[in-house]
Amino acid sequence: MAEDNFEPKIVAFLCNWCTYTGADLAGTSRLQYPPNVRIIRLMCSGSVDPTYVLKPLLDGADGVLIGGCHPGDCHYQSGNYKARRRIIALKEILKSAGYDDDRVWLRWISASEGGRFAETVTQMTEAMREKGPNPMRRKWAV
Amino acid sequence: MRTLIPVENNDTLTAVRGFLKQLLEAEVVDALLLPMETPAGTITPALVSNPDLLDAANPLAPVMGLNAARVAGHVSIREPRAKIGAVLRPCELRALVELVKLQQASLDDLVTIGVDCLGTYDVPVYAELDVDMAAYLATAQSGELTPQEGYSFRDGCQMCEKPHVEQADITLELFGADLTIGVPVSLSDEMAEKLGLSAANGDGERGKVVEKLVAARTRVRDARFTEIHQQLDQEGVEGVFAACVRCHNCMTVCPICYCKTCLFKSPVFDHEPAQYMNWVQRKGAYRLPADTTLFHLTRLNHMALSCVGCGMCTSACPADLPVGQVFRAIGQQVQAVFEYVPGRDIEEPLPLVTFKEDEWMEVGEE
Repeated sequence: MAEDNFEPKIVAFLCNWCTYTGADLAGTSRLQYPPNVRIIRLMCSGSVDPTYVLKPLLDGADGVLIGGCHPGDCHYQSGNYKARRRIIALKEILKSAGYDDDRVWLRWISASEGGRFAETVTQMTEAMREKGPNPMRRKWAV
Repeated sequence: MRTLIPVENNDTLTAVRGFLKQLLEAEVVDALLLPMETPAGTITPALVSNPDLLDAANPLAPVMGLNAARVAGHVSIREPRAKIGAVLRPCELRALVELVKLQQASLDDLVTIGVDCLGTYDVPVYAELDVDMAAYLATAQSGELTPQEGYSFRDGCQMCEKPHVEQADITLELFGADLTIGVPVSLSDEMAEKLGLSAANGDGERGKVVEKLVAARTRVRDARFTEIHQQLDQEGVEGVFAACVRCHNCMTVCPICYCKTCLFKSPVFDHEPAQYMNWVQRKGAYRLPADTTLFHLTRLNHMALSCVGCGMCTSACPADLPVGQVFRAIGQQVQAVFEYVPGRDIEEPLPLVTFKEDEWMEVGEE
């Protein structure tokens, strides 16, 4: 793919109760946001194993977004608090291993925040566009 | 209480064996888990209940074939439990603490017997080496731990900054001691009474010797960390692990990686042939076996916070990759984020199973 018509690919892991529903609201509210995001629905941000984030990054996805309920609002009481620690650890490991940890975003977006979802995807698409393609896209020996 | 096991005829090992026999005979423990010399001359951990067989015990042998915290877990995890004395090295004691937190071991009926570590060789090196035990044990007094001429200690040992026992029920305090005279042991008063031991004067030079040794080893460790970080920055994990064959040896010998249903042993990574074609068409070429970098990065996420730096992973790697160096260097940074020191305190919860509501409040709110 030529770099000048580069379109970032973002994989999003969204929790069923908040962010996925927020994305739904963005749709039913007819809010516009870039089509660069591929959404995968999970029951909770706390069920995102680091390997789910790593696999797309190593295969060349330009960004991974993890969306969960705001702290205190988790449907399972504490899943998002655990996700927070897990993603902090993941980003630290990526950084320490020499990778760009800003390709991983964790955002709290509630079911009522369709606007925040659309804004987040817009911001992330632009940020990844600015970074350019994930170098992993061209690396075959991974 | 601190006591001294007297050594006769400069024979430290016999004195240590005698002390261990006492533990069994005085029924301080029902059995001992400790390194034993097999008839073939190799060293392996074994559970021993017959004191007579302790003539083959050798907790001072400079070899480490596995991190025995794993087997200490096997013999302690479920009730009914016997009272078992586990003779362990400092890195094994730290791994044991982590395994207790991971609910893979129990300290309820385990008596930990820690032995200061003077450095260990890899199994093939030990097999080839004619060990000069007297010279090896003599290094304890100064703390200047040097391998035998022409040989090296295990990679993990070379950068180990915690070769001294920090906490155990019974500690064989080798550092700072003249082991031709006696072996200083610290233990509870109750246990000493049971064994008929009385307190010895002075606490010797151990503190000073350990301090110097820790400083020296920390310098080596930090240099190794800098070196591997430079390599990681240039080549990434995929570069450092380019020769990885994904044999999973590092995971198998890792005392922390206990999961029986490890993702990487599951069919999740048995991809369909069409899937490989999909990937290869995207990138033009695709390294096989697949998912090697993913394996290491995932393992880092799953266990680096608990990495005790025993270096068994490096010892077990058939491709001679600096696994332990990478895991320790990255582990240290992520441990610092959570102010967590693996093996330090049994009461300290594992960072990824606990949380506070009012921490990292800014994360996720951007």
